[in-house]
Amino acid sequence: MSDKITNIVLVGVGGQGILLAAEVLSETFMLAGFDVKKSEIHGMSQRGGSVVSHVRYGKEVFSPMVPEGEGDILFGFELMESYRYLPLLKPGGTVIVNDLCIAPPAVLIGQEQYPEGLALKIQDLCPDCLLVDGQNLAVQAGNARAANTVLLGAVSKRLDIDEQYWVRAIEKMVPKKALEVNLKAFQLGRSLS
Amino acid sequence: MKEILSGNEAIARGAFEAGVKVACAYPGTPSTEILENTVRYKEIDSSWATNEKVALEVGIGASFVGARSLVTMKHVGVNVAADPLFTLSYTGVNGGLVLVVADDPELHSSQDEQDSRNYAKFAKVPMLEPCDSQECLEFTKLAFELSERYDTPVMLRTTTRISHSKSVVELGERVTAVPEIKLAKNPAKFVMLPGNARGRHYVVEDRITTLSKDGCSMPINRMELRGTKIGVITAGISYQHVREVLPEASVLKLGMVHPLPFDLIREFASKVDKLYVVEELDPFIEEQVKAIGIGVTGKEIISLCGELTPGRVAKAFGLPQNAPSAVETLPGRPPNMCPGCPHRGVFYSLKQLQAYVSGDIGCYTLGFMPPLSAMDTCVCMGASIGMANGAVKVLAPEERKKVVAVIGDSTFLHTGINGLMDMVYNKGAATVIILDNRITAMTGRQENPGSGHTLMNDPADAIDFPLLCKAIGVKHIRTINPLDLDECQRVISEEMERPETSVIITDKPCVLIKREGVFTPGAPLAVVDESCVGCRACLKIGCPAIEWVPGSGKKGKAHIDPLLCNGCDVCSQLCKFSAIQEAK
Repeated sequence: MSDKITNIVLVGVGGQGILLAAEVLSETFMLAGFDVKKSEIHGMSQRGGSVVSHVRYGKEVFSPMVPEGEGDILFGFELMESYRYLPLLKPGGTVIVNDLCIAPPAVLIGQEQYPEGLALKIQDLCPDCLLVDGQNLAVQAGNARAANTVLLGAVSKRLDIDEQYWVRAIEKMVPKKALEVNLKAFQLGRSLS
Repeated sequence: MKEILSGNEAIARGAFEAGVKVACAYPGTPSTEILENTVRYKEIDSSWATNEKVALEVGIGASFVGARSLVTMKHVGVNVAADPLFTLSYTGVNGGLVLVVADDPELHSSQDEQDSRNYAKFAKVPMLEPCDSQECLEFTKLAFELSERYDTPVMLRTTTRISHSKSVVELGERVTAVPEIKLAKNPAKFVMLPGNARGRHYVVEDRITTLSKDGCSMPINRMELRGTKIGVITAGISYQHVREVLPEASVLKLGMVHPLPFDLIREFASKVDKLYVVEELDPFIEEQVKAIGIGVTGKEIISLCGELTPGRVAKAFGLPQNAPSAVETLPGRPPNMCPGCPHRGVFYSLKQLQAYVSGDIGCYTLGFMPPLSAMDTCVCMGASIGMANGAVKVLAPEERKKVVAVIGDSTFLHTGINGLMDMVYNKGAATVIILDNRITAMTGRQENPGSGHTLMNDPADAIDFPLLCKAIGVKHIRTINPLDLDECQRVISEEMERPETSVIITDKPCVLIKREGVFTPGAPLAVVDESCVGCRACLKIGCPAIEWVPGSGKKGKAHIDPLLCNGCDVCSQLCKFSAIQEAK
């Protein structure tokens, strides 16, 4: 096993299921035999605030936080939060981002505007950017709520981890009745390139 | 068996493996999940106490009769529990007692950034500090052994990045050889009258000296010798950042941060050319190392404020960093009250009445945020009532009327009730609003004595707030529906006029309560486009379900997200054009 540490940063809005997605990632990497660390902030962020979760894996991981500017993959659940946290990504890093805008409070009450053209701005700064229509693909898989699993599938394609570990982690973390839809959503995400 | 556990989950597992019988806490981020996990082990009696002082007293009582006891709290909780803690240091224990304190550098979810290591030194008790989840489990078990071996409570300190980070943990078995539980009388040890306590003070001082010496050979205090150029003394999460950023440096990793193993520190210092201390917050280790005459660099290069990150440590040591391009300023995304939250109408009313709101700690502290902007003070748990009482003592009558204390159910029972007794007794003329949403919401919905259930999910008699207030002598007690804006404003304004103590209690539950029959959402609402004139009145409550959609001309219209709306009906009461109706 090489000494390389792989750094993934998950960002989005409280309530989007980011922490669960980070759990599935961590479980997958542990099953695949790696040392894993994950760090995030609970508390205030759950009330619709900005959420960042760090997941790192490799032979031996020290800090649970991705060093600034060393993220290999930015896994974004919402466009503005993805744009906000781009500085965590290393130059030439990968962005997998859900094509979704969620208005923050100041935009909801009409005091500020949600920035336009964020997807293009992200693609300009990070050429290796995959924009995923998570909601629609999740509906195709059978449930709009499986959007995170679609994104997870897209992320899995960029990491050198055998598919069986992803499937085992999903089987462990997702409730039985939602499993079929989620496995389908995962495959739909995996088929994107 | 290996599992990925958070620091908090690993501490709970460690307590289980250590044979703990009693676990008690008051919820507080980032410590809350420890008790939410001990409750999964049926061998442990897990309970939420009304506050941290009571939690520690429950732990002491169980320890004195022989049980291993775990007590957990956030850093500011130790301020509340400090009274029993300091004397517990004198009595020592019977069954092992471990007090977990979770600090919050960077104030992710706290009102201050205090460094609890000072409490260990102040109260003269040993403190362990784990650096990952595996150590959380192992150190918890070790803490119980040390507690019994040295006859002392042991503090286990985490920080947010330890409590809420996850890493791989190897699980063990629960020990069975633990002390016998029975009543034991030992007044010289357990009755801290001056005559007994004087003698115990010598015991406490000897214990700290012994622990400092023994600490030099404890495996949790270890030298990792690499290069001789740089040596770093560090502990907890800072150790991980140091290993990340300075892989060639020699490290003295301290598992016990109080008392310090001074002989080991001298030995380490002699093996390296340049000595550093890397620690978050206070120069706790640094000052003590300097006090024994060893030159060391610490806070000259590392901030006293905030948490450390790999980047901040790299910067302190002048290492090159990736300088990623900063993006432009974006609209912020602060947390917000949930759609349908019963607090929203109360804060809207307080703003309309131009009240001076003496605030408190809970979800409702978000009443500070615009557009509600209706909170003027927030200091600590339970402070709202005492502070309101202080203000009305000195204000002129016209201003006195403006003072309203606002406090949640759990915070009222924590320490607010003392303030209310004081206000009644000393005839304070302020209005107190108890926002009873039947749960300790901010920390993630924990049960409390007003909620009707215990942590172990047994039904409990819920405190009757009006009756409680009556019993302590409040003459004017009114219960209101916080979702009815007219009622809110009328009742609050009437009570503000009254030159006596009065209490208003709101009676709608938190929308996140999952227990059946407590919260039932109303039918989602929608904006009737033809009726909406774009007056923005509905935006004044800052509901996340209502969005302003700019129009082509000057005016726009409001839109309600039917998936987010909980049908509380507060927004429709603000609409003069009947443009908000039940969604079709």
